[in-house]
Amino acid sequence: MIIGNTKPLEQILSMVEPFDRIVVAGCYGCVTVCRVGGDKEVQVLASALRLARAAAGRPLDVREVTLERQCDPEYVETMRPYVGDYQGVLSLACGAGVQFLAERLTASPILPAIDTTFIGVTERQGEWAERCQACGDCVLHTTGGICPVTRCSKSIFHGPCGGSMSGHCEIAKEVPCGWQLIIDRLRALGRMDQYEKLRPLKNWRSSRDGGPRRIIREDLTQ
Amino acid sequence: MKAGSNLEKVLAAGQFAVTAECGPPRGADAEEVRKKTKHLLGHVDACNVTDNQTSVVRMSSMAGCLILKECGLEPLMQMVVRDRNRIALQSDVLGAAAMGIRNLLCLSGDHQTFGDDPQAKNVHDIDSIQLIQLVRTMRDEGRFPSGKELKGAPRLFIGCAANPFADPYEIRVPRLALKVAAGADFVQTQCIFNMAKFARYMEDVRKRGLHEKVHILAGLTPLKSAGMAKFMKSNVAGMDIPDEVIKRISAADKKDQPEMGIAMCVEMIDQVRKIEGVRGVHIMAIEWEQKVPEIVARAGLLPRPVAP
Repeated sequence: MIIGNTKPLEQILSMVEPFDRIVVAGCYGCVTVCRVGGDKEVQVLASALRLARAAAGRPLDVREVTLERQCDPEYVETMRPYVGDYQGVLSLACGAGVQFLAERLTASPILPAIDTTFIGVTERQGEWAERCQACGDCVLHTTGGICPVTRCSKSIFHGPCGGSMSGHCEIAKEVPCGWQLIIDRLRALGRMDQYEKLRPLKNWRSSRDGGPRRIIREDLTQ
Repeated sequence: MKAGSNLEKVLAAGQFAVTAECGPPRGADAEEVRKKTKHLLGHVDACNVTDNQTSVVRMSSMAGCLILKECGLEPLMQMVVRDRNRIALQSDVLGAAAMGIRNLLCLSGDHQTFGDDPQAKNVHDIDSIQLIQLVRTMRDEGRFPSGKELKGAPRLFIGCAANPFADPYEIRVPRLALKVAAGADFVQTQCIFNMAKFARYMEDVRKRGLHEKVHILAGLTPLKSAGMAKFMKSNVAGMDIPDEVIKRISAADKKDQPEMGIAMCVEMIDQVRKIEGVRGVHIMAIEWEQKVPEIVARAGLLPRPVAP
């Protein structure tokens, strides 16, 4: 899922500073699961904003809503009937959701309440970690199911580099070396034959480097 | 001859090669480079010029190499894939070769978190092994990796680094084999302090016959003090300094520690020369280039051969 991190309250307060009436909009998708943008977080943030603004002598009228998803038009449209009554929308969705609100609800300023950080997993309660960079050209079948692009700090394809020590990456002791993980896994699977192969230069066109990406599925667009 | 560099000729003639390293200054003063060059001239077969090592901004490696060349010292250009994508790498390979640089060392580069600009975006479009392959393709096939033809193939003697001490050990020799398969002509190892482990590594290298396919130069760094040894042990990625090495230099009086460091380095040169498959030494005297002549002399490696 897409993981996010709540922005500091001071930053959010300064974003909404010009406004007296706003919508705080959550999303039941990924941000609910990683607990930064579901209805609970909407309530908490709305209350914090109301309290802070009341204390500052400029009360803020906040409408709370959580959409099924902010990245699908049908759910975004549910906001249209009332969004014009407010001066702006503070979205707790990922960057995709924030932008989709902005492009469909064109008359309203849309503000991000979270920083979208990565595509990752819940390693344990309260701890998330990155697993995928969405490079668009998956090689996991050759690397024991561990991604060199994401898990290696240098995204190298023939690792590990000379900085791998005792299983950790040269950048920090708490960062596991991605290539140590790959090798451990290949060995456990009896697939070390995969290691000693020269890999061609990666085609980054399928990644962000090819420009903003789009997928058109003719079978679904008909 | 693939590139016709002095280093290539020395190695091809079966002579025990000596290279050193020169870190360019943190500024635009060419005189700083010339000063280091004077110490090394006539004492080494080629001299590496580092490429923003530890991600600290310095004068570019190519510029440093050209200053060395002006002074009559053969440059060995280091090139990391951290800061340049394949377009910039190919362009610099052509530029370096056009200016008469004949040796190139292909490296990953330390992560940018180590330097003064940890906020920088890193590139890593290709990795160091793919850089070896890229240069080899340009040199030997006269074409770019894209397949397009190039005019004037870059004559470069292609090197790579190897760290026998990084983990996991089991892939250290296979990874060297990958570099050889990609087209490496020579290898310079990480600084060796753990001689037993290096000897074991070389044994595994010989088992695969890699010592016959690539020229291996053993990397050595003279310690200036016990403090330096301790600092390197705990702060430099991929460095293996056994406790007995630290104990030995610590046992000397502080004022005698530099001399002890040099004596230990000379001893280690003698030791690596006896290891089958080691074809030379790469002396990394960090900000201590002036000691290289003494080290090379005491190791009995002077005069350096004059390449035909």
